Amino acid sequence: MTQRVVVAMSGGVDSSVAAALLVEQGYEVIGLMLRLWAEPGGAANRCCTPDAVVDARRVAAALGIPFYVRDYKQVFKETVVDFFIDGYARGITPNPCIICNRDIRFDRLLKEALSLGADFMATGHYARIRQDRQGRYHLLKGLDAGKDQSYVLYTMTQERLAKILLPLGDYTKSDIRRIAAEKNLPVFNRPDSQDLCFLGNGDYREFLRRHAAQVVQPGPIVNRAGETLGQHQGLAFYTIGQRKGLGVTAPVPLYVLEKDVAANRLIVGTKEELGRDELTVQAVSYIAGAPPPPQTAVTVKIRYKARPIEAVLTPLPGARAHLRLDTPARDITPGQSAVFYQGEELLGGGIIE
Amino acid sequence: MDIYLDHAASTPVDPRVIEVMMPYFNQIYGNASGLHRQARASARALDQARQTVADILNCTPGEIVFTACGTESDNIAIRGVAWAQKLAGKGNHIITTPIEHHAVGHTIDQLCDRFGFEQTVVPVDRYGLVDPADVAAAIRPDTILISVMYANNEVGTVLPIAEIGALARERGIPFHTDAVQAAGYEPLDVQALQVDLLAVSGHKIYAPKGVGILYVRRGTPLLPPLTGGSHENNRRPGTENVPYIVGIARALELVQAEREEENRRLAALRDRLIRGVLETIPDSQLTGHPTRRLPNNASFVFAHCEADAILMHLDIAGIQAASGSACTTGMPEPSHVLTAMGLPHELALGALRLSLGRQNTEADIDRVLEILPDIIQKVRAAGP
Repeated sequence: MTQRVVVAMSGGVDSSVAAALLVEQGYEVIGLMLRLWAEPGGAANRCCTPDAVVDARRVAAALGIPFYVRDYKQVFKETVVDFFIDGYARGITPNPCIICNRDIRFDRLLKEALSLGADFMATGHYARIRQDRQGRYHLLKGLDAGKDQSYVLYTMTQERLAKILLPLGDYTKSDIRRIAAEKNLPVFNRPDSQDLCFLGNGDYREFLRRHAAQVVQPGPIVNRAGETLGQHQGLAFYTIGQRKGLGVTAPVPLYVLEKDVAANRLIVGTKEELGRDELTVQAVSYIAGAPPPPQTAVTVKIRYKARPIEAVLTPLPGARAHLRLDTPARDITPGQSAVFYQGEELLGGGIIE
Repeated sequence: MDIYLDHAASTPVDPRVIEVMMPYFNQIYGNASGLHRQARASARALDQARQTVADILNCTPGEIVFTACGTESDNIAIRGVAWAQKLAGKGNHIITTPIEHHAVGHTIDQLCDRFGFEQTVVPVDRYGLVDPADVAAAIRPDTILISVMYANNEVGTVLPIAEIGALARERGIPFHTDAVQAAGYEPLDVQALQVDLLAVSGHKIYAPKGVGILYVRRGTPLLPPLTGGSHENNRRPGTENVPYIVGIARALELVQAEREEENRRLAALRDRLIRGVLETIPDSQLTGHPTRRLPNNASFVFAHCEADAILMHLDIAGIQAASGSACTTGMPEPSHVLTAMGLPHELALGALRLSLGRQNTEADIDRVLEILPDIIQKVRAAGP
């Protein structure tokens, strides 16, 4: 019997080709697109502008598959956007994409797909899923190292992986572009953007001014000794390890070391004070479903685009873990996710404390 | 198996309608305003179509205006009368209902928000019915137009047009009705209804999209919103769309001729569907009036459901339906119709409209009743 797959479509080349590959593989494919929240009165969420909806609909029509746009605005606002605002309010630098994948795409949408009688849900992520002889699922980096998106999928579970297809994992981005051209798919390669989808055209600073005014109050810039060196414009506007734009004159370059939310102080120091070679993470999850043994050698990425660092991972009670880095990192940022790998395989990850 | 249950959104064109339209594309194609033989042939078709429609509406051919759609008919009626009355110094007050199609509601809103008109929106009851006494009470010395729809597009309730017509006539106020949904199922005698303006759309009555009718009673003040040539008795300029006008006249003739028998058949299917849904699906509710409703409309709300999710499940199962007005699908807001009828926000979000038509059979209804309970259960289980 033909298996049914729901593909999360965006109108972009990746999810369009994912849908095309699944059609070619003989699945019964249904395209779903999510309408997500954007600030009222501003530009539409970048995921689902009117043009993107038209693009996705045209791709679906070209593939001869049904296509539906689902309204997830409210749950997205309450889950992802509020998480982002709350994170900044607490002085951390949250990564809302992780939460979107964990709680929207691979939770709400997956449930909806399964309720439609789908055997699987597919996305256009560049990552690979492998099943071993014991039936356990493994999550591997995408074959195209430059495009690998496994980082944002670290919250995946065995149960979910059993229901997910990632058709692009074994391809490079140039393969995908070629396939789109060969199949004559009406896709328009929108440029990848580093901005968050719900910010529309604005930047996150302006967004926070409107939604979390309390985190954009000016306050003192101090060093470790407590001496005031200048004034910051609001803690949310700075990232750990930042050097430029502090507006402080000092004999040696100064970097953001820490944010003291309680006192609204931005703590700065020298390059030597900045690097750290250990960190702890919380809300840790492991693809295998259980932690590895203590002192497991891993490579860790402390941001989506960070260079992998050799490290030693020691799981702690309460879904926490400790990481000792072989080389100190300057931009260990609370709120961002640290994701652990062994070679090509993603073991798990957690949120930096 | 494909089951189409969205006839309130649009209908397939009747083959008998297509047949009479065909010669007017490339055999008889003259501009009806001309003098030559081709033009005369077009003019003759136009005259015949106008007579056909006038006979059904019990009016004179000169009172029939052909338009491009129901929305255009409503716009010409409302804007045309409002501006003419204002220019004549009669006032600027309009009475309407909260359940009108946007073609009426948004037109009046714009007149009020941007052009200094005022509106009184009389309430509807839980079934979507207007009390004519409320309309009478809303009338002021400066009331220049009353607009009340004949039958509601979402819930199918048929409003007491003749009673409102009588009181409008008594006070000399032009009365417009949007009869787009009613035209296929209800009598359209404008003398009995006592309406001054009545709008019809082609594609709801098995004619093509892109053609409509507006009845304008002789003597009704109307400043045409579109300006141009002297077509349509100076009320709607633009070269007459002869094949489509021939088509809509034939379609109206057919639906009105077959109405009584088809209504009986549809009402039986509708009642079977309503009964089945209410009996088998917990926390379900019929929307609209239980008896004073269009014979082809079965509309419901389901608690703890999102309308679009129901529609998607139905479509995947081969059943094509809508949540309410096709023009508003995709918006997260509950329908203005259900809200005006006093349905709680949460309930109004779970609306489903099944609108029957000629090709539907008992087997179709059985199929819906077979799968809908399961779909509602799945949607509720997957819901937020």
